[in-house]
Amino acid sequence: MIDGKTLTKANMAEKLFNKVGLNKREAKDIIDLFFEEVRLSLERGEQVKLSGFGNFELRDKKERPGRNPKTGKEIPIKARRVVTFRAGQKLRSRIKSYAGSD
Amino acid sequence: MTKSKLIEELVLKQSSLSHKDIDLSVKTILELMVEALENGERVEIRGFGSFSLHERAARQGRNPKTGDLVDLPKKYVPHFKPGKELRSRVNKNFTN
Repeated sequence: MIDGKTLTKANMAEKLFNKVGLNKREAKDIIDLFFEEVRLSLERGEQVKLSGFGNFELRDKKERPGRNPKTGKEIPIKARRVVTFRAGQKLRSRIKSYAGSD
Repeated sequence: MTKSKLIEELVLKQSSLSHKDIDLSVKTILELMVEALENGERVEIRGFGSFSLHERAARQGRNPKTGDLVDLPKKYVPHFKPGKELRSRVNKNFTN
């Protein structure tokens, strides 16, 4: 993990405002709609493939035995569906070269 | 769902922006996220998730063709941690 600055929806909106020329309201709306659309697709059980970026995939996990780490008591971890992200080739190669902060 | 389908959906849902503006916005959003990660920054979208870089230590590997040892330098890989809302929404309709 690397410490440092964080890109949030607020500074993303600021940059869309500068780069694309949307007003602040429109920029905020389109960012919210974009992430909501990805969530809706995943909620329907549909993967999302964003070329140049990566794929959001769904994995179905079976029930497995687990343990409460505090009490040591055995409790089953229920079957569930989880989201995983697979970075695309282009994203990977652009990141790999990051020199690091140390 | 692909990027172009996602853009089509947003065009249908958003009446005030043109197709061209939405297309450019989506591409810009993705580019901004890549640029942030490229600079070693995190991306944090509440209710969706966060992206960060994870370090992979330098190691020795082998060329699978020749079997020669090669030094693989330390590198970084992107990592996504789904947010609370995304996790629960994806799991909501899931029963086995």
